[in-house]
Amino acid sequence: MASFTLTVNGREYDVDVPADTSLLEVLRNDIGDKSPKFGCGLGQCGACIVLIEGHPTPSCDTPVEYVRGEVRTLAGLGRVGALHPLQAAFLELQAGQCGYCIAGIIMSAAALLRDNPRPTRDEVSAALERNLCRCGTHGRFVDAVLAAAGSET
Amino acid sequence: MTTQLPPSLITNPWISTWLTVAADGTMGLRVGKVELGQGILTALTQLAAHELDVAPETVTAAATNTVTSPDEGYTAGSLSITVSGAAVRRVCAETRELFRRAAARKAELNVTDVRLVSGAFVGPDGTRIASYAELSGVVDLHVRVGDPTLDVELAPPVSKDLARIDLPDKVLGRPRFIHDLEFDGMLHARVVRPPGPGAHLEDAPADHVSSMPGVEQIVRDGDFLAVIARREGQATQAAAALAVAASWSEGIELPDPQDLEGWLRTADAETSHVRTDGARHGDAPTVVATYSRPYLAHASIGPSCAVAHYDDGRLAVWCHSQGVFTLGRAIAAALDLSPEAVVVQHVEGAGAYGHNAADDVAMDAALLATRMPGTHVRVLWSRSDELSWAPFGAAMVADVSASVDEHGAITDWSYELWSNGHMARPGYAPRHVLLADAHRAGIPMLPPAVDPPADRGYGSQRNADPYYDFARVDVTVHRLLTMPIRTSSLRSLGSNLNTFAVESAIDELALAIGRDPLEMRLAHLSDPRAREVLSTAADAAGWGAPLAEGRGRGVAFCRYKNRSSYCAVVADVEATDRLRVTRLTIAVDVGQAVNLDGVRNQVEGGAIQATSWALFEQVRFDRHSVTSTDWESYPIARFDQVPQVEVHLLHRPDEPPLGAGEATQGPVPAAIGNALADALGVRVRTLPFTPDNIVAAIDAQS
Repeated sequence: MASFTLTVNGREYDVDVPADTSLLEVLRNDIGDKSPKFGCGLGQCGACIVLIEGHPTPSCDTPVEYVRGEVRTLAGLGRVGALHPLQAAFLELQAGQCGYCIAGIIMSAAALLRDNPRPTRDEVSAALERNLCRCGTHGRFVDAVLAAAGSET
Repeated sequence: MTTQLPPSLITNPWISTWLTVAADGTMGLRVGKVELGQGILTALTQLAAHELDVAPETVTAAATNTVTSPDEGYTAGSLSITVSGAAVRRVCAETRELFRRAAARKAELNVTDVRLVSGAFVGPDGTRIASYAELSGVVDLHVRVGDPTLDVELAPPVSKDLARIDLPDKVLGRPRFIHDLEFDGMLHARVVRPPGPGAHLEDAPADHVSSMPGVEQIVRDGDFLAVIARREGQATQAAAALAVAASWSEGIELPDPQDLEGWLRTADAETSHVRTDGARHGDAPTVVATYSRPYLAHASIGPSCAVAHYDDGRLAVWCHSQGVFTLGRAIAAALDLSPEAVVVQHVEGAGAYGHNAADDVAMDAALLATRMPGTHVRVLWSRSDELSWAPFGAAMVADVSASVDEHGAITDWSYELWSNGHMARPGYAPRHVLLADAHRAGIPMLPPAVDPPADRGYGSQRNADPYYDFARVDVTVHRLLTMPIRTSSLRSLGSNLNTFAVESAIDELALAIGRDPLEMRLAHLSDPRAREVLSTAADAAGWGAPLAEGRGRGVAFCRYKNRSSYCAVVADVEATDRLRVTRLTIAVDVGQAVNLDGVRNQVEGGAIQATSWALFEQVRFDRHSVTSTDWESYPIARFDQVPQVEVHLLHRPDEPPLGAGEATQGPVPAAIGNALADALGVRVRTLPFTPDNIVAAIDAQS
């Protein structure tokens, strides 16, 4: 076991876990933030994407010992009464079916909008290239990201 | 009002099974259909609130539980609105009338003089009598539905969509999924599967694994091998070490992937004649062609997950099964428990689109919980196991012969299909239907999947009989009696390939005699609702307009199960260096739509998923194991590969609801194939439309 101090959504956590534990496991099982999801464990599907120092990063294959800087997850993005524009747009457009991929998609989109506040449809699709959705909600997701950016859908 | 009760109310006749009205006025709704991401709990909540005439926030629909919820069988076949919706409406309408009667009695009025205004009952002059809450203590809901003394009218069809009740949790990142369940002291388990079907565990030296950090127990039972550990990562690492240490026999031989069609045609099978009009083709049918699809994976984004707890002879299971009642009975049989000793609670999972590993993982957790009494045991499947050990949609091959007369009318049609069955959910055979149960017993091959009967819309045979007015039609179906590669229900069952075959062949017939494919279809469809979806989609897509070089447009139609929703699709494709589906224009008629946006969402999603199947998807295997075990070897459509989808919903509030979830799965691949033929002048009859299959079709044609 090894001790680590992590900053997640603006709060510091001390965790005592095996050094090779994935960031995803620490977030979900040690810190209790269930918003990032396990999808493949291979960094191929994007369900577990969180922001590390602002960069969208799959947390399933990122060992906690290599994490440097602040981690942000969907659970820390907004809250009732103070929704992030992406969350508001996803609800407004009813963008979701099973919803398992939503956390990774919103985090990828949040990084895009920070760097590119008015993306085109193609730029949104490109930014979500690492995220898989099986229900076929792609069109609504892209519409919702564009709506959050105040762009034309 | 009709006195005939909906089927779910014949088996679950007590109102109190379905609905509770609490003293604070909140309403608890219990149904036997489960949320799969399709929005069913939202739609049923909307129906209940509308029928009770209360605000939707008043009604809370509980996830299905085998002890407290009505048993409505599987959540499958696009039947939940039709079946459960009818029951909920009736239950809530009768409840409303029971409360109206109580209000009338209280105010000493005639029942017909009592009105319901915003959740409160009022007299003829508008004087408030009482609310649902105030009357809850005097109205006994432990009564049977169908009281002939109640004057019950169903409320008029609903028009205002209720927003998805599950979406706020998912968008805010709050725990909601089965994967997010947490219990004090919960342990994590991983199963080590054989290298391939039928491989027997010969040796599993485990001493070095037992001493790994966090390992609590290694469980070996026949060919079932698993490890239980304190932390999730510890369980995964211990399972990997066990997998390296274990040795297995070779297992059964799988079909030759290079000649899957030959295997399907020659494997032991049961033959049924769905229709025998005696088609006559003369010397040369106009079109003779063979169409096929590979095995398809459900490929849920979230691997299957379950939690179980066993104590003092009682087993509790939390899982995302589509049929918790039959699952509970199957687990009880496998573990030699009485059915009453097993409680199954549904918790939402990631989308499954049919029978995936949701039931298997519940059995895994149940079995392991019995080895760790008093402790919650959570099992999560690996991505690799999810893509290789969960049941697949069956590979299918179909031969079509079709003849037209001198007027261009399709007169004779012969269809012959080979497929594994499309139904292997718990309950289809007495034992060994759950993977762990089969592995414990060393069963080399699970019992072959069956097909649902005609009154449930068939399985392999679904939509094999064309919905067109052809004079003579023969349909023969061979269901395989051997199942080396496991198959079960995948969204739309056989309708996907059958509709692809029928709609491709009609296109080929039209082209062969120089008729417009749309006009050809309309000429053979007398059902006005079928005609209307076709013309709506065609008009919206600009059917008939000239297209640029390298582009193609194709149309297809299906009435799902020949008695459910109508769906027409026009596909626009670009076939240059690669095939791209740019747009799908879809018209659907689902009868009465309860939640219009919910229907649109299902149709959009089904269309994109069907596009993914058609363009990319194929389970890969060698002679002993499935080899497509991750998202690179089993690719699905990505954001830059999905078409724009335009849905035209023909809302028919006065018609019965027909279901929406599966209508697109057949016509979308067919329309894409027809558009591809329009663009290239080449007919690709082998799914998926990969570069390899397109090149092979070009070579075969030239």
